Amino acid sequence: MALLRCRGLRKEFGGHAVLDHLDLTVAEHQVVAVIGASGSGKSTLLRCVNLLDDLDDGTIELDGEDISDPRVDPDRVRRRIGMVFQAYNLFPHLSVLDNITLAPRRVHGRGRAEAEAQARELLDRVGLGAKADAYPDRLSGGQQQRVAIVRALANSPRLMLLDEVTSALDPELVGEVLAMIRDLKADGMTMVLATHEMGFAREVADQVCFLDAGRVVESGPPGQVLGEPTQPRTRQFLRRIIEAGRL
Amino acid sequence: MTLLDQVPSEAQLRRSAYRRRQTVYSVLVAASSTAALGTLLVIAVTGAPGWNRVRRSFLDPEIARDALPTVLSGLWLNVRLLACCAVGALLLGLVIAVLRTLRGPVFFPVRALAAGYTYTFRGLPLIIVLYLLTLGVPGLRLQGMPPVLVLGGIALVLTYGGYLAEVFRAGIESVHSSQLAAARSLGLTYRQTMRHVVLPQAVRRVAPPLLNDVVALQKDVGLVSLAGPIDAVRAAQIATAQTFNYTPYVVAGVLFVLLAIPLIAVTDWVTLRAARRQSGG
Repeated sequence: MALLRCRGLRKEFGGHAVLDHLDLTVAEHQVVAVIGASGSGKSTLLRCVNLLDDLDDGTIELDGEDISDPRVDPDRVRRRIGMVFQAYNLFPHLSVLDNITLAPRRVHGRGRAEAEAQARELLDRVGLGAKADAYPDRLSGGQQQRVAIVRALANSPRLMLLDEVTSALDPELVGEVLAMIRDLKADGMTMVLATHEMGFAREVADQVCFLDAGRVVESGPPGQVLGEPTQPRTRQFLRRIIEAGRL
Repeated sequence: MTLLDQVPSEAQLRRSAYRRRQTVYSVLVAASSTAALGTLLVIAVTGAPGWNRVRRSFLDPEIARDALPTVLSGLWLNVRLLACCAVGALLLGLVIAVLRTLRGPVFFPVRALAAGYTYTFRGLPLIIVLYLLTLGVPGLRLQGMPPVLVLGGIALVLTYGGYLAEVFRAGIESVHSSQLAAARSLGLTYRQTMRHVVLPQAVRRVAPPLLNDVVALQKDVGLVSLAGPIDAVRAAQIATAQTFNYTPYVVAGVLFVLLAIPLIAVTDWVTLRAARRQSGG
């Protein structure tokens, strides 16, 4: 059964369509990589699914429920979706532990001891147990992004949205974040990731969607979309990626 | 920084010696220029034709000693009033700033009232607010009217609350929208986002200008004496009227500066700490 189903999504900014009748279906436990040039609508798609941006048309269903209905409480929807941002967006005034336990305690009403125990366990699992009491500005970019992923996981989300989570990282720090996403896939987490890491998309994704001008131009298994693309726009995009040495 | 067991090179030794010489030279220059300017000022003031008369009527040590107890007890009123008004104005400013950020049509009247308040009380001179509250309001002859001192305090809180609200609002707006997106994506409501994510960052960022306004309030607290209560300025005025000598005012002025020093030192310390936190990444 489809966990997420987007139909005919349209989003305009100043008369310019950023999403243009976009369709996307994500099955449970599936990993979908959304690729495309900057400005092709990848981030906007993820923000719309998380109801951070309002749609101009189309519907989004999560677990069969129409979450694009304006009568739906967006806070309730977002509890089921975890989102990780390109710039980490950790809260600088809170320690790593408080960053992670904020939502479990305030949104899900867990006790401090229970929430902290869960947070420490998650941190230990990704090798950041020693950083629990540190503040974000004392962490490397890779560590911050892993904390941001843990923060999203602490809500036990049904779906994870990862918005170019390695784009702001130094090259030698990308690996530790990708390893964490690999583990998430192994745990069966459903994920939509907007990414420029074509090699990683090929390895981890069950489905690759190439976005251009707010539309899904080509979609399918990674071997097909990245190896034998049928659309001229996809081929052109991949050629430029190869020229840049990123594939 | 060189490690302890590391022997500096010939070039580094020459550089260190040169820097030491430069430091000694700078200290000597600063000391002599300060001494020169000080001497010039003393000569200019004490050499003025009316210096002896001014010294008698403004700097009489005997009158200063006599006036000190009453001025000091007046200052105690200033201190208590400052403490209450600072807390009141900070709370009012914070509430008004948060009200101005509320979205949605339901809150339109609240937003409009809060905006109208900051426009009115930032424009209205404090003296007029004081007179309206301490002379006008008692004229209504309502039951349970608070004493003039409380009314004067309310005037101060209303005026300073307007300024502090704008400082808080600037702090709230300086928190980047990505922080709101992160908080909302975790399922936090707007209110929880404000309470746990936006306000803590905003208040930290604007702490230096907030404290600066409290220092300004410290001086304006003396204006309640216009309505009758005997604070330090009023006590000095009474003493002056008795002796026909202005020394009590100078006493009050010195006490006000002494009172401000710790507050200003705290402000500087908070500002420095904020600047360090910004630069230390």
